[in-house]
Amino acid sequence: MSARRPIPRWADVALLPAINLILAFLVSGLVVMLVGENPLHAIQVIIYGAFGYGDGFGYTLYYATNFIFTGLAVAVAAHAGLFNIGGDGQAYVAGLGAVVVALALDQTHWLVAMPLAVIAAAAVGGFWAFVPGWLQAKRGSHVVITTIMFNFIAAALMVYMVNRVLKPASTMAPESETIDVAGRVPQLRQFLSFFGYSPVNLTIVIAMLALVGVYILIWHTKFGYAMRVLGANPTASRYAGISNSRMIMITMTISGALAGMVAINEVMGVQGRLVLDFVAGAGFVGIAVALMGRNHPIGILLASLLFGALYQGGQELQFVIPGITREMIVVIQALVILFTGAMEGLFRPGLERAFMLYTPEHKTEAIARETARTES
Amino acid sequence: MDMSTILSILDATIRLSTPLLLACLAGLYSERAGLFDIGLEGKMLAAAFAAGAVAAISGSAWLGLLAGMAVSLGTALLQGVAAITLKGNQLIAGVAINMLAAGMTTFLGQTWFAQGGRTPPLGEGGRFTTIDLPFASGLGGVPILGPIYADLISGHYILVYIAFAMVAVTAYVLYRTRFGLRLRAVGENPKAVDTAGISVVALRYQAIIITGLLCGLAGAYFSIAQGSGFGNNMTAGKGYIALAALIFAKWKPVPAMFTCLLFGFLDALQIRLQSARLFDIEIPVQAIQALPYILTVVLLAGFIGKAVGPKAGGVPYTKER
Repeated sequence: MSARRPIPRWADVALLPAINLILAFLVSGLVVMLVGENPLHAIQVIIYGAFGYGDGFGYTLYYATNFIFTGLAVAVAAHAGLFNIGGDGQAYVAGLGAVVVALALDQTHWLVAMPLAVIAAAAVGGFWAFVPGWLQAKRGSHVVITTIMFNFIAAALMVYMVNRVLKPASTMAPESETIDVAGRVPQLRQFLSFFGYSPVNLTIVIAMLALVGVYILIWHTKFGYAMRVLGANPTASRYAGISNSRMIMITMTISGALAGMVAINEVMGVQGRLVLDFVAGAGFVGIAVALMGRNHPIGILLASLLFGALYQGGQELQFVIPGITREMIVVIQALVILFTGAMEGLFRPGLERAFMLYTPEHKTEAIARETARTES
Repeated sequence: MDMSTILSILDATIRLSTPLLLACLAGLYSERAGLFDIGLEGKMLAAAFAAGAVAAISGSAWLGLLAGMAVSLGTALLQGVAAITLKGNQLIAGVAINMLAAGMTTFLGQTWFAQGGRTPPLGEGGRFTTIDLPFASGLGGVPILGPIYADLISGHYILVYIAFAMVAVTAYVLYRTRFGLRLRAVGENPKAVDTAGISVVALRYQAIIITGLLCGLAGAYFSIAQGSGFGNNMTAGKGYIALAALIFAKWKPVPAMFTCLLFGFLDALQIRLQSARLFDIEIPVQAIQALPYILTVVLLAGFIGKAVGPKAGGVPYTKER
């Protein structure tokens, strides 16, 4: 009798995430109140800091660029039923590909260097995800555990590469040689003075292309269809003649390549060189972004802007209200993951019941059941 | 290398293995009950902060320990509500817990103590002191065995002895008690447990409560035994190494101890040596740091033995109607 009826699509993609987001903000607000600050004032500061002026908005877009890539990386894997938790490591090692190409070609022109660096970063990031994919497909080890391990292996590898291989003998700081300006991705402020000193750069165009590309890949290609079949039911996909292991390996590679684009934004667009820890947790933000965005490019775009705004606004927050540090943003992010990802069961059953009650065709049924219950 | 160098490396091994071992055993309970737990790191970090903060305010290490265990337990229960009651994705719950702990500890630490996220350094009584076992100083003069007893076995924090005692306790509970049998069963085949009239939900909650308490001990070890006060991101990924150790030990208590000792030894080695030489090839310290993870990946891939986790791991249990 209590067969679960799915809630309408708009409620699934908009209402439920909105409720969860509001809940995350409410709990964060309570934490802010706990330390004796005014949460409404904090929100005001965040919104102004993220959107109120050119610099701030530019920073919001710069953060969002990273989150679009890592969010797409998580989403692509999720469609095939894989949880790629290693976006951080994949983006980190992709920095090697980006910096090597950029340094080799920085005397030419960014129009030459950038496409090749994109390919190199995608290849290295993709490889770092392909190995866990291969291990799951052929050797049966769980991709979640392997990608976690690969994050740590990447961290150790990069410390070695930066300190022992890429660092010029003349510098003390652990960083690679600086990329010549000619080989860097131009920043938007060079065209639009509106963006002030913010680091948002042309990598954002790649992010937009990636959003469209992933949309086409997942919903308008045979490969994307096979991916979704695998994600929905691996047994069915095998009977349909799809090679699951091949799908897993290719999907993970695409996922890692997308995460690797963070390196283009950071290494070629912002830092102009390879520094340690340049990913700064963007891979994990991608998990929150993909969950919020329901693994759909439009959702991911909106969620990336939201988290970009939170990161930039949070930076602002600690200057205006010294009582609140930017770690508050990590708390909000964690709560979003908790409520939209792990505690979905909190509201979905209630919503399902509510919609059942208020949809005309089910109303009579529900009323009949109510009366039967009260009469008995 | 002389005797005293070897002893000091082994001594460091024991000190560094202890939190790994506690967290690893913690994970053993929840994973054996069929709950994937990648949130060990977060629970430890939360406990480390709570222990450091309360020990600093109260001046009592024991109150600090209690607070650490309580906060870790609360965090574990939150994870339990998401993963058991609400049947949410256990991996995502773990990620959320880790992130929540990382954010909250730094945020509250900075707001409450205003020392860049650190808790105030602990005074007398706020920090556990090392325990000298009986006759340690007297027997120190005995050749070979004397120093081993006096320097290696004696002179650790109480949490170190608790951790190693917990290995025996866990092995006994897991293989010799009714609870242990049921715990193992619920991780392999929850339906069978349910059919036998035992509550799957209750068992999984019991498991995660034990996980919380043990992570509390592990976390407190960082801030009020090994260290004096809490520092930002103090656990520094040790929760993930513990998880790796658990897999490496194939979810068994005694192998877990040896794996944690091995990983602790690697840690002690990389702190001591900035680089090592093996057959005239220089081994960078980063390679030693990455070794636990590489070993785990290689093991998981089935190249050295095979690590197969509890069969029902990661799947929320739904009673059929």
